[in-house]
Amino acid sequence: MAKSLNLRSIEELRTSTFKIEGVPTVTSEEQCDTEEIVAKKYEDLHKNLLVNKNLPVLLRKQHIDYLLQNLHFLPTSYQFLDASRSWMCYWILHALTLLGTDINEGTKSKVSSFLKKCQHPDGGFGGGPGQLSHLAPTYAAVNALVLLGNEEAYNVIDRCKLKKFLTRMHQPDGSFTMHEGGEVDIRGAYCALSVASLTDILSKETFINTPEWLVTCQTYEGGFAGCPGMEAHGGYSFCGLAALFILQKGHLIDYNAFLRWLVNRQMRFEGGFQGRTNKLVDGCYSFWQGGAFSLIYSLLANENNPPSHQLFDERALQEYLLICCQNIHGGLIDKPGKPRDVYHTCYTLSGLSVAQHFKNESYILGPLQNKVGFIHPLYNIRPDLVKKAILFFNNSKLISSNVS
Amino acid sequence: MKMSDSSDEEQDVNYVLFKDRPDWKDIRPIEQDDDDEIVAIHYTDKFKDVHNYLRALLKKGEKSERALELTRVAASENPANYTVWQFRRDILKTLNKDLHEELDYIEKFILKQSKNYQVWHHRKLLVDWLKDPSKENYFTTLILNKDAKNYHAWQHRQWYMKTFQVFDGELDYVDSLLNDDVRNNSAWNQRYFVINNTTGFTEEVLKREIDYTLSKIKEVVENESAWNYLRGLLLHDKEGLSKNKTVTNFCEELYSSNSQSPFVLSLIVDMCCEQVQEGSGDSIYTLERALQLCSDLELKYDKIRANYWKHMADTIKRKASGENVEEEPTTS
Ligand SMILES: [Zn+2]
Repeated sequence: MAKSLNLRSIEELRTSTFKIEGVPTVTSEEQCDTEEIVAKKYEDLHKNLLVNKNLPVLLRKQHIDYLLQNLHFLPTSYQFLDASRSWMCYWILHALTLLGTDINEGTKSKVSSFLKKCQHPDGGFGGGPGQLSHLAPTYAAVNALVLLGNEEAYNVIDRCKLKKFLTRMHQPDGSFTMHEGGEVDIRGAYCALSVASLTDILSKETFINTPEWLVTCQTYEGGFAGCPGMEAHGGYSFCGLAALFILQKGHLIDYNAFLRWLVNRQMRFEGGFQGRTNKLVDGCYSFWQGGAFSLIYSLLANENNPPSHQLFDERALQEYLLICCQNIHGGLIDKPGKPRDVYHTCYTLSGLSVAQHFKNESYILGPLQNKVGFIHPLYNIRPDLVKKAILFFNNSKLISSNVS
Repeated sequence: MKMSDSSDEEQDVNYVLFKDRPDWKDIRPIEQDDDDEIVAIHYTDKFKDVHNYLRALLKKGEKSERALELTRVAASENPANYTVWQFRRDILKTLNKDLHEELDYIEKFILKQSKNYQVWHHRKLLVDWLKDPSKENYFTTLILNKDAKNYHAWQHRQWYMKTFQVFDGELDYVDSLLNDDVRNNSAWNQRYFVINNTTGFTEEVLKREIDYTLSKIKEVVENESAWNYLRGLLLHDKEGLSKNKTVTNFCEELYSSNSQSPFVLSLIVDMCCEQVQEGSGDSIYTLERALQLCSDLELKYDKIRANYWKHMADTIKRKASGENVEEEPTTS
């Protein structure tokens, strides 16, 4: 079942703009500049609505073409992401899945083969062939392989060595270092827990003190920081919350404070989310912040207080994503004026999924063809693919393959 | 989150590819296997060349002066290449290099690439090895002058302050940042961090901080950062968030002066909830008032969060009607 949503009116938007209160600062100036470019987009759309009722439209075909092209070849501007190529596989495959595109078996096989080259002989994956293992690309590679969804892909992962890699990254205080000699932050714990749970190698010993460490990252604002003491931040909040959920320790957080912080990250005028208090809207936080809601809903359900509706404004978020974040030539963006890239394409579409689906209902802004697929809130992968992978790994023995 | 720009360092016309350098003749470059044509990047010749030689040296494990030079070029081509930085640190240690020189190098680097994990981590390790944080205040301030919310810079600043216990003058610094931009949430967070790690939130400090925060809210009422900090302070009030007369009087004054800021209304909602829950019949913090404010927020003052306020009202009602299920054992 899908229900149609209506746009906010221009009048409603006019009453939602930022109040400077006679004290202009860097923050307020940047905020007002952003509202101005967003306002232009909204005004244009309302004008176009007079001639075409079927707006805003998700440019599905353009996005698919852009993603398929990028799955194979990337322009020179991506050189600075040469240590994130496993990420790019995940971002592109996941975005394609959300758009309902299946890639052919031949291409799937090539992606598996490429990711196999990114796997380090000592376990885990690097950002590209021959690079050191790092928890972030390890997370991305495992997610990408789960998205491919066939045994060839699953069999790429050397789970035995992966487990050893995770153990090496684990610190006595429960945190994880991103790579050998690398930095410690909350992403590490989430990435480690995500791959361990997907591939069925999660054991208590690998995560000693991790719940306790994660909890210390919740700040006085309610969200999570990258490490204890730092400022609450959307990306890190998702990592912290999802990590605790995988450990089945979601109840350890102050969820009322978390929820208060979270709902306040939605921008009253733009409709999208910001990453931190008093920062600017950015399309990718549609997922990092938006994705945390379903986890909070399940905590509320455990308290016999399940929400009967989304706790953010799903209509305003869809407005921002469809009207402000689409590049007309395909690909999605942070905010109007920014260049497109596969990272933002992945997380804006994931955010669109979050905004469109609640329980088993769909709430669609624009034509019903705008509907995108579902995601699993812990992994940001299509739910049936998560199930399929976990089932496969549950049934396979943990043996180290010696294929090199 | 942003993706940083690629480095445009060394667009020197005199630059010589490694394959054309006489002192590199003994090394056989190793090409990257991109036969699968999956996320294959269209590299420049320079990028390809330096990485071909990097692969060769990594395989050989050569830690030499020329290897150090190679990592410098590779890092400038792709500052996010953690493998390169890790290799560079191995070389620095093996050759017993002057780490102060390296500190200068990374300083210049970060000034150009200030939103990258690897460069900050490199600096952190150098400071840690030298056990010398003396340049860090100057340096992070330089970065924060350009972007007062740079997360990496703040994280680095918190790390050395805590590690070397050097908090002197930090509250003054935070104060100056808040005078520049009272909406700078990173500065408010740093304020909390400093107090938490020095005096702690004693009764005296709490009083001082509450006065400070309220004066900042007076300047700009719709400043969520200050309200969040105030809530953070009240976490340390043993009596809860609805008993501090300075705060409650301030909120009531704002409320009756017709300021319908969502932040003041939201705080009063929580004050009501606390008092109702405790059964302390303080006249103005009632269930009815909480519900009325939730409804005002939903319909008038915080419409983007209408769903949330509706849910809050439901929750408050449910709790009040004794349907409190928090003590029940959870299933599953
Ligand atoms: Zn972003």
